[in-house]
Amino acid sequence: MSHSKMKSAIDTFLKGQMSRRDLLIKAGRYGIGFAALTKLMGMQVTSALAAQDFDWKKHSGTTIKLLMNKHPYMDSMIAELDNFKALTGMNVEYDIFAEDVYFDKVTAALSSGSSEYDAFMTGAYMTWTYGPAGWCADLNDFIQDSNKTNPSYNWNDVVGNLRDACSWSGVAGDAPGAAGSKQWCMPWGFELNSVTYNQRYFEKAGMKPPGDLVEMTDQAEYFTKNAGSNEWSYGIGTRGSRSWATIHPGFMSAYANYGLTDFENNGGKLKAAMNSQASKDFHKQWVKMISSSGPANWSGYTWYEVGNDIGAGASAMIFDADILGYFFNGNPDNKEAGNFGFHGFTPNPSASAPTPNVWIWSLAMSNFSKKKDAAWYWMQWCNGPENAMAGGVKHNQVNPVRESVWASGDFDDKIRGTSPGYMEQYNSSIDGSKIHFTAQPLFFETTTEWAAALQEMQTGSNVDETLDKLASKIDRMMKDVGLA
Amino acid sequence: MKINRKLFPYVLTLPALLVCVGILIPFFTAVYYSLQRYNLKMPHMKGFIWFDNYVNIFTDPSFWNTIKVSLTYTFFTIIIELLLGLGIALLLAKRNWLNNILGVLLVLPLMIAPALASLIWRLLINPNFGIVNYLLSFIGLDDFTWASHPDTVLFTLIMVDVWVFTPFIMILLLAGLRSLPRQPFEAAELDGVPEYYKFFRITLPMLFPFILTASLFRLLESIQQFDIIYALSQGGPGESSMVFQVSAYLQTFQYTNIGKAAAMMVVLWAICYFLCHVFVKQWHKLKIKTKGELLQ
Repeated sequence: MSHSKMKSAIDTFLKGQMSRRDLLIKAGRYGIGFAALTKLMGMQVTSALAAQDFDWKKHSGTTIKLLMNKHPYMDSMIAELDNFKALTGMNVEYDIFAEDVYFDKVTAALSSGSSEYDAFMTGAYMTWTYGPAGWCADLNDFIQDSNKTNPSYNWNDVVGNLRDACSWSGVAGDAPGAAGSKQWCMPWGFELNSVTYNQRYFEKAGMKPPGDLVEMTDQAEYFTKNAGSNEWSYGIGTRGSRSWATIHPGFMSAYANYGLTDFENNGGKLKAAMNSQASKDFHKQWVKMISSSGPANWSGYTWYEVGNDIGAGASAMIFDADILGYFFNGNPDNKEAGNFGFHGFTPNPSASAPTPNVWIWSLAMSNFSKKKDAAWYWMQWCNGPENAMAGGVKHNQVNPVRESVWASGDFDDKIRGTSPGYMEQYNSSIDGSKIHFTAQPLFFETTTEWAAALQEMQTGSNVDETLDKLASKIDRMMKDVGLA
Repeated sequence: MKINRKLFPYVLTLPALLVCVGILIPFFTAVYYSLQRYNLKMPHMKGFIWFDNYVNIFTDPSFWNTIKVSLTYTFFTIIIELLLGLGIALLLAKRNWLNNILGVLLVLPLMIAPALASLIWRLLINPNFGIVNYLLSFIGLDDFTWASHPDTVLFTLIMVDVWVFTPFIMILLLAGLRSLPRQPFEAAELDGVPEYYKFFRITLPMLFPFILTASLFRLLESIQQFDIIYALSQGGPGESSMVFQVSAYLQTFQYTNIGKAAAMMVVLWAICYFLCHVFVKQWHKLKIKTKGELLQ
């Protein structure tokens, strides 16, 4: 009896006619625990979807296989997967790999033309390789087909910048999302690059989060100079490994904020622009900050070390993915959990707002899949509004890609309750966020070379000469493939 | 089933032939790819370009840096591991309970995968909490840069390689030492020959085939080292620890440039082949010389 009353209360809640607080009070009155409540909610959402004028059972009995990276997004998907199975009658298998080897596995699987995997996790940059190579399917064929896509899917609810970032025409220099773009993947969760800082340390130092890059450098220097007598070890954490992953977070966000670009595009012919005078000045400031106040072994730093250090209280602040701070803040195993503040960062004193470069965990469909329609059923459920809401509110699908989740009071309550300043950081940054790189097929080559050059500059090489050398090397690489 | 007498020898060599084919197919595939513009992300550009990949890599200063770093790394790892391995083997040559236990303990690093060993060392030399840095702080070296500076990165990588692979040389040389005939040593003992003379004139010449074998194995592994270097420095900072395998790995898996990666691997094969050839030739010469000296 109490269950049926509870189901009706959940229906009212799902229609937006009841607040989460009232729902929880009702659940308490009926003696229903939180775990049972979330299960019931999942069932009700599934029933609501099943009642749509859409044949969710069309591929019943079909098994699809996914290739996934170990990530909280994936954990949240798996926690809800039974609802998808109940809704469609389909079966879902998956292989999960650690991030260190994940992209090698994807490259190996796709380049061999294997039909083993039907859909996979990817980053938007990777599709600049996979798309033109013919390894992943254009999702426009599915999104725009009302016979294949359920009526409540609402693609336009996905943040516009992110939808654009996951599409590209394949023509070097064309902006992602420009006319003629193919939708190589769909956003699933994403990261804005902002400042996460240790509020305790900043209060002790009598500081507010940095207003621009010069102030950030000064603050970081203060923390490093005063490390001996305090708990922290150094001022600022950023990535530094010899990898493309060093360039795309804080570094590119700051670079773009100064109005700088990686390439000049002359009618499809690209010329490296890292050695412009403005870029050289920017690099000098960045290198000064890392050399004076970054971690001692910066050249080995990946997101993992950056996150661990702020979590352990070794660094005073980081300029990296906002979700890195979010996850480390929420994990009680970290010494400094709960002490972090979040800050939308505008490095350039002349700029009016942050311009974070985005990293987007996305879902793509293998072009070699023999069950594309069935795989699309899973994809539209996975980043559909209902599952996105469940991921954002019940699990750790942060940052969600749907506007509706950000607008939801429940999600807002959850984030404000656990991570003060996070929503403000998001609101101040989202409009200027996008992929600030020039879309081109040699993205990984050029950004890895860029990271190597940064390492050289950080260890004492002349900035002007190193950037000139880098630009001429990249120009040569572009020329080899007819793009310069 | 009776096998024809004429066919029987061929049947016996069949497994070796199959192994040979198994080796040659990937090799010739690599040679074939190395002659093509073959980048997975630009399938429309695929086609034969003959030796352009080789011309490209030989005219790229980064490639010459890779050769220099690879050979430096190989040279120092082999020399240090040989000296340490030989020293330890000599100390453990006499059979007693202590040496037997030490022999087992010293082999432990060899049982750890090189990638894992690198991760262990990464923690040991971490500037925030690494025990090695803590110990070094007592002699004023607490800010030693290890793998994060071009001046110290090769030292760090070679140190980890030496830690992992010295036991390998030690085992081979210890087995060699323990298998040497006793008579020359007994005769030298009776004649009152000094220890250093015994070592340089009897032990070392007789041990040389073992030393060359161990060196050859290590040469082939060292010049193709990947795990230790990728786990500790990824070839950086800058290009300061970029070796063949790391470079080829990046070309293949990150840049999907199969043609260029294959050309690099063919060049690596040619270098290995040349060095092995020199070693084996030297080994034969020394074998003949050692036999001759012993006969005299």
